[in-house]
Amino acid sequence: MSGRRLRSFALQGAVAVALALLLWLLFHITAANMRERGIHSGFGFLLQPAGFAIGESPLPFDSADSALWALVVGLVNTLRVALPAIVISTVLGTAIGLGRLSPNLLLSGLCKAYVETLRNVPLLLQLLAWYFVVTDLLPDSGAALQIMPHVFLSKSGLAVPWFGDGGAFAGLDLPVRGRFGVTGGAALTPEFLALLGGLSLYTAAYVAETVRAGIQSVPRGQSEAALALGLSRLQGFRLVVLPQALRSIIPPLTNEHLSLSKNVSLAVAIGYPDLVSVADTTLNQTGRAAECIAVIMAVYLLLSLLTAWASAWLERRTGRWAQRP
Amino acid sequence: MRWLRRNLFSDVWSSLTTLAIAAGLVHWLPGLIEWLVLKATFRPDAAACAAAAHAGACWGVVAAKYRFILFGRYPYAEQWRPLAATVLLLAVIGVSGLRLMRPGALFAAWALALPAFFLLMAGGVPGLSPVASDRWGGFPLTLLLATLGMLLALPLAVLVALGRQQSGLPLVRGLCQVYVEAVRGVPLISVLFLASFLFPIILPQGFSIDVLVRVQAGIVLFAAAYLSETLRGGLQAVAAGQHDAAAALGLGYWASMRWIVLPQAIRAVIPSLMNSAVSIFKDTSLVTVVSLYELTGSLTLALSGDAQWRSFYLEGYLFIGLIYWLCCYSLSRFGGALERRLAPGSLP
Repeated sequence: MSGRRLRSFALQGAVAVALALLLWLLFHITAANMRERGIHSGFGFLLQPAGFAIGESPLPFDSADSALWALVVGLVNTLRVALPAIVISTVLGTAIGLGRLSPNLLLSGLCKAYVETLRNVPLLLQLLAWYFVVTDLLPDSGAALQIMPHVFLSKSGLAVPWFGDGGAFAGLDLPVRGRFGVTGGAALTPEFLALLGGLSLYTAAYVAETVRAGIQSVPRGQSEAALALGLSRLQGFRLVVLPQALRSIIPPLTNEHLSLSKNVSLAVAIGYPDLVSVADTTLNQTGRAAECIAVIMAVYLLLSLLTAWASAWLERRTGRWAQRP
Repeated sequence: MRWLRRNLFSDVWSSLTTLAIAAGLVHWLPGLIEWLVLKATFRPDAAACAAAAHAGACWGVVAAKYRFILFGRYPYAEQWRPLAATVLLLAVIGVSGLRLMRPGALFAAWALALPAFFLLMAGGVPGLSPVASDRWGGFPLTLLLATLGMLLALPLAVLVALGRQQSGLPLVRGLCQVYVEAVRGVPLISVLFLASFLFPIILPQGFSIDVLVRVQAGIVLFAAAYLSETLRGGLQAVAAGQHDAAAALGLGYWASMRWIVLPQAIRAVIPSLMNSAVSIFKDTSLVTVVSLYELTGSLTLALSGDAQWRSFYLEGYLFIGLIYWLCCYSLSRFGGALERRLAPGSLP
């Protein structure tokens, strides 16, 4: 064995021993601490009744249901905000990113101001401010603002037409404003609205920067060549610039979507029952800190892995698209 | 006239856009200015604010509460101490950014400023009464968490980034990789929960550490994963010939990293590092979830217990939003200036 191989072998051995020692020590100390404080461990609590109510839930849930089911409801709530927020922020962000590239100074200035303002203020602060605006500054339910026919906005949230109890065949149940508030239809809670709005607007600023950088990464010669070939400005953008830009836009865009889904966890500050805030409540009820935190981390890691796969698939596809003549 | 034509009315679409935006501004701007300035109440007078009924902003809430918002629950009579500590730290940061000192002097300045910051905040020496860290709050706490977060995460990130390059040491490389991917995959809040709930359980009995230190450790571990990913990009950008040249000069691994590779790698990613610094600064606002009252937390603390001012949160949010914005915007502008200065071709 050469000296170099031997040295790297010894170094790795030392690292392995140190790691094993550290883990053993941590395990030992933790076990001793938990014995002393009477903390039990294990995931058995997940099957016990949760013992708390959840503010809003698209799935049937009451406090007698298991903690595991509560966490599932939390995850569904996370996705219920994350998916629409991803769509809204991508559309809005693309529009703003394109706006920043506009030759019109007023438009590009406005878009720049939007990006620079929202990117430089913490998301948590923005969410708290939106939540305050919705719950404190909007009118009471009895005097709800009507934004569209049968769509009402008030302190109690946004009421929209939705399918009646009989399912899709029963027709739409339309919200009506009465003396004591808006009744009927489906209501989106203030927490949901503030989180969806705040997340979408904040992430849109990042998406805008990604889109702008992606389009600027395509050399100017490409669009000039398209013009020279007799394509119109729009055709040149759609057929020549965009396919090349997408290749450098999609990887960072996926990152923005991932960080959006992680940012849903800020819901805990405004009381929207997402996965993290349900896990936090469970933690406070059962005292199982390690287990609850492990659940949060495992779910998010799984989500990241899935997104990474989806993004790799998308990259392969757009790669092919870009090569298409 | 020519400028107008080129920038605002170059074709039909541009003209229509300009007119639409101008109409929007004419419609909204007067109302906004009225709310912000003309009808606003500037005196710390709760009755006047309530009488205005949100027709104008109530800046009185800032006038009445600014010391609580800025310094949290720090004892009122001693608040010159966090002020002095903050000014000191900001001055050292500014001096570092503007390159007013030689590296050696700068190192000495930091080595003096950080202990001085803690001495002023914590006290416990003759002339300075002791103040427990759970009374620290507001802007000094935000600044401390962000500054230490960046300062301590950077060396750790360098080690991890180097670890991920060790093709000869698969165990080390695997460990670094797992650490980076795991941390980048989970939200910061879960790391803060870990720091606040779990660290006490995994540490030996009688070895309790302050919640501030635990949360700071959480922020450092979180930031280091992101910084190391950035640095790895920089390391990959260093040409292979540089490693070979360093080896040919007889430099060992650490010497060649210290003098040849890392300076080039770090220079290549300075703009991304500045972006990370902005993110860390903003992320410190999350520690309010684990009951540390930095700027965001101290605002909530200042207003939630006071029925007189409770309906004027929005003005408070705008006030601290402006503080965050000033800090983050100047950081990112500074990053932009560095990027231009370090751009290829501008170097000697």
